[in-house]
Formats: sequence, C-alpha cells, structure tokens
Amino acid sequence: MTSLTAKDKQTVKAFWAKVSGKSEDIGAAAVARMLVVYPQTKTYFSHWQDQSPHSAAARKHGITVMMGVGDAVTKIDDLKEGLKELSELHAFTLRVDPGNFKILSHNILVVMAIMFPTDFTPDVHVSLDKFLAAVSLALAEKYR
Amino acid sequence: MVEWTDFERNTIQDIFSRIEYDVVGPAALARCLVVYPWTQRYFGGFGNLYNAAAIKGNPMVSKHGTTILNGLERAVKNMDDITNTYAELSVLHSEKLHVDPDNFKLLADCLTIVVAAQLGNEFTGEVQAAFQKFLAVVVSALGRQYR
Repeated sequence: MTSLTAKDKQTVKAFWAKVSGKSEDIGAAAVARMLVVYPQTKTYFSHWQDQSPHSAAARKHGITVMMGVGDAVTKIDDLKEGLKELSELHAFTLRVDPGNFKILSHNILVVMAIMFPTDFTPDVHVSLDKFLAAVSLALAEKYR
Repeated sequence: MVEWTDFERNTIQDIFSRIEYDVVGPAALARCLVVYPWTQRYFGGFGNLYNAAAIKGNPMVSKHGTTILNGLERAVKNMDDITNTYAELSVLHSEKLHVDPDNFKLLADCLTIVVAAQLGNEFTGEVQAAFQKFLAVVVSALGRQYR
C-alpha cells in the first residue's frame, strides 16, 4: 500500500528496541496463535512430528520468524534488497502463499497488544502494521 | 445458520460481560481511525480528528464507540440469529450511512487488538478464534443487505 515515512521508521525502530528482548516469546506466541486461530496454516507444517501450537518445533519456528523481523528492522531503508534472499527462499523452496504473511502479521500485532498494552499505542500500531505489510511485500518480491 | 460450540458461546458471553463498553468501544474506534485513517471519511461531522491525541480525546468518537459496543451486544444476545437481528442495521449502514462494508473488518481487527490488550494472557488462541469467528459473523450480517 503506502511506503514507510521517516516517522514510521523511527517509531518501528524505537518500539523494536523496547521489545526485542522478548523477541523469542513474541515469535513463539504469534506462531502458536496463528496455528490455533487459522488452522489452514498448519498445512505448511505437515513435516512436524508434533503440530500442536506449543510444540518445540512451533516455538523454534516462531523464534526463526521473529529473528527475520528483527533483521528486517535493520534493513528498513531498503527491504526489497535486504530481504532478497529470504524472498527467494519463500518463493522457490517454501512456497508459502503470500496471503499467509498477512495472517501472521495480524497475530504478531495481537501478541504485541497483549504483551505491551501501554506501549502498543495506536500510533505504534499503524507504523508496525505498515512495516509488517512492507516486509510481506518484500518477501513476496521474488514469487513471479 | 451458524453453529456455535459451547466453548464459543460461553467465551463470547464471558468476554462481553467482562469488558467495559465505554472503555473498549472508544478505544477500538479511535484505534481504527488512527490505524486506517481513510475510515475518517465517515466522521466528517466529528470535529478534530487531526492526530491520535485529538482522536482519543474527541467526545463524539468516544460516544460513538460506546454506541457500537451496545450494538454488538444485540448480536451477543441473539447469537443464533445474528443475520436477522442486524437486517435493519445493515440497511442503515448501506442506504443511509453509505459505509463500504470492507471497513467493518478493519474495525473488527481493532476490536480484537483492544480486547486482547484488556484480557492479556486470558485472551488465548482459542478465545481469539471464538472472538474472531463471532466478529466475522457480525461483519457478514452487516454487509448482507447491501445492494
């Protein structure tokens, strides 16, 4: 949709600085929530022995995802270039339908609201929503 | 007809008995107007919506937020017939208010986030699923009478 303004980037970086210490918990909670609320997303994880939302595999995956998000924050000035390899991974190997990026983004936002109710103000919410949308777009770049 | 499990019914009743309508309603509407600023198009008569602080402090926004939650209560009390319960409201939003029904989903997402912040860890994945299912039915019913 719209590109990130200087204020968006500043807001995202400041909020991330506050919350990144809990990045593993955030990621694990977001993935767990996604698997429960949107059960169709489990289709991507049929290779897991244990598909339950709080399994070790799910937690590990949440951590991986959130590390990617944290990395994207450092590349916020050129997400397309910065996430090029991750995009190739998602396009050619993982082949995740990009609609799912929106689903996971939504669950990340819900987790932020739960874990940081005072810091996750409407202003932070809008910048983070835009950022996650921009990350999703960059991830879908190499698809076709 | 929507099928509700006992868990879903109980969850919805429980959430709505616990939240304060005049806190959650205003917070959700204000958040929607900030996060999705194009929704402000429907509130031209509300005065100062210039920034998040103005929106949060705007008394017309607060009042309307509470009105919305009271409207949602009608669905909570008629979970087995939300479509008919909202037939008139749907006509109102379509023919009088001219609200693009895509906006209902945006407000629903903001409501989810505000309720999540209120309930904290009690807003588990299962509770979220029930709440989102309820809101999806509401959104669908509100869009039903559009022609």
